Amino acid sequence: MADKRTTEDDVVASLSDGMTIAIGGWGSRRKPMSMVRAIARSDLKSLTIVTYGGPDIGMLCAAGKVKRAVYAFVSLDTIALEPHFRAARQSGAIEDEPLDEGMFLLALQAAAWRVPFLPTRVGLGSDLFRDNPRLKTVVSPYAGSEELVAVPALALDAALIHQNRGDERGNGQFLGPDIYFDDLMAQAAPTGRRFMSVERIVDTKDMAKEGSHHTRRISRMSIDGVIEAPNGAHFTSCDPDYGRDEAFQKEYAAAAKTSEAWAEFKANWVDLSEADYQSRLRARS
Amino acid sequence: MSPVSIETATATRADVCAVAVADTFRGDGEILANPIGTIPMIGGRLARATFEPDLCMTDGEAALIANDSAYELTADEKIYEYWNPYRSMFDWVWSGRRHVMMGATQVDQYGNQNIAAIGDYAKPRTQLLGYRGAPGNTINDTTSYWVPNHSPQVVCATVDTVCGIGYDRAAALGETASRFHEIRRVVTNLCVIDFETRDHRARLRSVHPGVTVDQVVAATGFELVIPDDVAESRSPDDEELRLLYTVIDPEGRREAEVPS
Repeated sequence: MADKRTTEDDVVASLSDGMTIAIGGWGSRRKPMSMVRAIARSDLKSLTIVTYGGPDIGMLCAAGKVKRAVYAFVSLDTIALEPHFRAARQSGAIEDEPLDEGMFLLALQAAAWRVPFLPTRVGLGSDLFRDNPRLKTVVSPYAGSEELVAVPALALDAALIHQNRGDERGNGQFLGPDIYFDDLMAQAAPTGRRFMSVERIVDTKDMAKEGSHHTRRISRMSIDGVIEAPNGAHFTSCDPDYGRDEAFQKEYAAAAKTSEAWAEFKANWVDLSEADYQSRLRARS
Repeated sequence: MSPVSIETATATRADVCAVAVADTFRGDGEILANPIGTIPMIGGRLARATFEPDLCMTDGEAALIANDSAYELTADEKIYEYWNPYRSMFDWVWSGRRHVMMGATQVDQYGNQNIAAIGDYAKPRTQLLGYRGAPGNTINDTTSYWVPNHSPQVVCATVDTVCGIGYDRAAALGETASRFHEIRRVVTNLCVIDFETRDHRARLRSVHPGVTVDQVVAATGFELVIPDDVAESRSPDDEELRLLYTVIDPEGRREAEVPS
């Protein structure tokens, strides 16, 4: 029986420059921030980040790790627009590959199901066809010959997700209101680079005590590495274990104002081990 | 549009906006009414509490709930009808069972909407949220827009990026592709706009009490179709006022979005 426990640093070591990495969660909710921070302080560069975006892509943009953004929105929820992401876009520092939110789901599903595309009418008539040159249409071979959008499979190199509970074999459990697209991202990424951080690792038989059968939506077939990262989604929300740290998020957002402010934030909250991050956080409160 | 009673004479601009939003969902029946924003959520709840009782509505996150209150409720307070994780939204959108009211940073005379970026998309002057679900919403379902800050920059001649598609884009796609497309209303802090003209150009449907047609024209960046007799937006009736002030939004959050 495989024990898949690993660390943030080992995750980083398995990634390379130029890779396409999907990051789970949604907006500023249940983001695998301990892995994001590890990437932000690593030597990795030129990454394509695939995300229902929040501070994950914002922080990686600020740290100069992002070559291209694949997204439908980027928001901090209580702060509508992500200031670090905005700065990167407005300075022309990153390439942009926009999708509609549902199109994004189809792109992940196509990758997971190993088909080159999935059809939809989503996107017809919109400027997605101006701004995302990868999109093409397809004509239905059936009666009516309807022209539809062929959403291309998103070829991932890695997926990073965060769950509330998991076991050391890679089964995961979400206890909040929504799985978001974490399961699909893990299914769409290639074997070997599908990583899940969890608030707590428990025995498989004890997962039933944590939440209903229906909350176990991540199978070990789709996970290669498990990290026990208590408070690992901080400062994003990880209901019901903890809510968003709004005060911290405000500080993070304010750090987009100047390069000096970002440098100070990075020194305090990025360029340190996860253990030091968590103890510094505890010392603050 | 309706006689003004003594009670309704006290209705605020925000009350009128909420009622205008509610009327946007009139006739929708048993679908997901999905108004996004403060006054849209209040107006949507008002529609369901009065003339559209079969509407389904979200709690703003991952559930469809039956409560009339537009406030964030505790788990114990919520009357859950359905678990609606983010992914399930596409089941309703793509099957044609949703009417969304979205915001718009820019909206033009055919109802094209932009929430992605201002300026050149490749290197925008202002990066906004992104396309979000606007392309999918507008090609699949009835869509309306809410504009709390009606100005020529927002209700404008040309949008920089077409996220939600308008009637000209839909027409160019042809009948098959556009058969589910409908932009029903744009409700603003000044007026209600619809597209019920022969070529689906924006038409001034009604002005809110206290607003003149000239004010709307001055605040609009394109030439609105103006009927000979422009109606006044309906004020809430007694029951609607009671619901707004005692059940749906007793703390008056709507006043913060559209101050009197």
